[in-house]
Amino acid sequence: MSDHPSSGLIPPGEWRRPSIRFGVGGAQAMLLLLLVIVGLGPILWLAKSAITPTNDTITHPMGFFTHGAAWSNLREAWVNVDVGRYFWNTIVVAVGSWLSQIVVATTGGYALSVLRPRYAKLINGLLLATLFVPAVVLLVPLYIEIVHPPIVHHTFIDTYWAVWLPAGASAFNVVLVKRFFDNLPREIFEAARIDGAGPFTLFWKIVLPLSRPILGVVSVFAVLASWKDFLWPLLVLTDPSKQTLSVRLPSIQSQTSLGVFLAAMFIACLVPLAGFLVFQRSFLRGTGLGGAIKG
Amino acid sequence: MSAISEVEVEGAVLAARRHRVRRTPLSWIRGGGLSTFLFMLPLLLAFGAFSWYPIVRTAVMSFQHTNLVEAPTWVGWQNFDAVIHDPQTPIAVRNTAYFALLALVFGYPIPLAAAVLMSEVRKRRGLYSALAYLPVVIPPVVAVLLWKTFYDASSNGVFNTILGWAGLGPYPWLQSPHWAMPSLVLESTWANAGGTVIIYLAALTGVNSELYEAAAVDGANLRQKVWHVTLPQLRGVLLVTMILQIIGTAQVFLEPYLFTSGGPANATLTVLLQIYNYAFGNSLGGDYGKATALSLMLAAFLALFSLVYLRATRSWSQE
Repeated sequence: MSDHPSSGLIPPGEWRRPSIRFGVGGAQAMLLLLLVIVGLGPILWLAKSAITPTNDTITHPMGFFTHGAAWSNLREAWVNVDVGRYFWNTIVVAVGSWLSQIVVATTGGYALSVLRPRYAKLINGLLLATLFVPAVVLLVPLYIEIVHPPIVHHTFIDTYWAVWLPAGASAFNVVLVKRFFDNLPREIFEAARIDGAGPFTLFWKIVLPLSRPILGVVSVFAVLASWKDFLWPLLVLTDPSKQTLSVRLPSIQSQTSLGVFLAAMFIACLVPLAGFLVFQRSFLRGTGLGGAIKG
Repeated sequence: MSAISEVEVEGAVLAARRHRVRRTPLSWIRGGGLSTFLFMLPLLLAFGAFSWYPIVRTAVMSFQHTNLVEAPTWVGWQNFDAVIHDPQTPIAVRNTAYFALLALVFGYPIPLAAAVLMSEVRKRRGLYSALAYLPVVIPPVVAVLLWKTFYDASSNGVFNTILGWAGLGPYPWLQSPHWAMPSLVLESTWANAGGTVIIYLAALTGVNSELYEAAAVDGANLRQKVWHVTLPQLRGVLLVTMILQIIGTAQVFLEPYLFTSGGPANATLTVLLQIYNYAFGNSLGGDYGKATALSLMLAAFLALFSLVYLRATRSWSQE
């Protein structure tokens, strides 16, 4: 009858009682209705309004294609408002940030968990400490460092390196990957070492292939986080032709008609929504709780 | 592999470790120290440059006058003094506290109630959690700008149209100093509640079902089981989500920045917006000293608050 094991709060037999069946069942049906309205409703409205003539959306926002659809909104947003370019920029930023996060998290996690030099303890402590420092503390000095980097003496402003490189310093990722490595069976490493595998072979041939699940989770959240990011790319990408969708959307609002603007916003949602549909389980199993609770 | 050879390997490893105590650079390299360091290098560079160094730099800069042209000069506590005596600061602090409080009132009980109800759904539970999580996936900038159109104050705004069906409104939403902050919190709750629901759902699967059976034997009804078993069992998670939510909402930036730019009449000016305004709000050049001083004060307050919170709830959470 039921698809899910009972938690025990309401044992299966209890559901036969009318007070449970109608009381709790009714509340659950109400909740589903509410979730459809609140969770899905705004996105459906955005999808509808993205292809509705501006005038209809302004005069009858809750109307349903009173004067037909305006597919031209999407085209106009993509071509005339240059959303196509910002879309591409966002992908470039996301892929680079993903790469730098994966490199730092896997090599760092491997060194801290498997190779374990004597200074690992100190570095691990420093890493955990950064988890407790609010991000805002980094904002200003990081910005100045990007404008006037020491040693390099060439500004990183308006280059994607300004977003890619700092993305690597995600303590949450390193901790997540390290914890996964900690749980890999040590016997495999010993066996590989006895077979003559050096640290590089061990990393590339054994540890990485074994850690596909965690790398998948980190990747999904890395791409999504960089797709969502706003303040940092806003500060370091000042050239509009290099900006990402999230950075660009607020500034194109005043220059475009509402219908085209909503179409642009809808396009900006497509990749995260598709990612969510495909990788639903990683999201809903609660692995990436780091970014879950935020104001 | 026989047990003896395992012991031998263990012994060899120990010997190698002991040997490393008297090491030369060459033996360090031969013992794998260099390759280990190479693996550690990306982490050291990334965190050194983009985390540890900026944290130290913030502390230094808060005692300096920095502009990007001349060398910085030491000014003692002057930045902190200026921030504390800035008439905007108490407004920003009050607004941020108000935001955090409202976010707790709106955003704390709803995900918990929803999760408890959802954990007892017998069919298609995944649909419930997917729907609840959907807003979290929307890019925050899109969410805020979308809600900004919903909050349109004319009678043709989305919310005003819907409320108009019931004969209510139109309401000014973001344009009223009184309602602007609750409007921001409403959007923020919508955007974030799904994440909390998922945490509670995971925690609920960890509740020992024998406790429910024992409660049922004692004659507890459903409400009593929720109150005396479910909630006490979630205690630890509830305490953590609360402090994390407070720390998160104390740093609210996107909503006031994009919805209202802190207005109307400073009604939504938050601490983070104030920091942003100090550093980047002035096109003539930022006051980085004040910005870092205020962000340090915020961080110190949050650290202190967390400590007191953990101390105060320790006995309760470990019971």
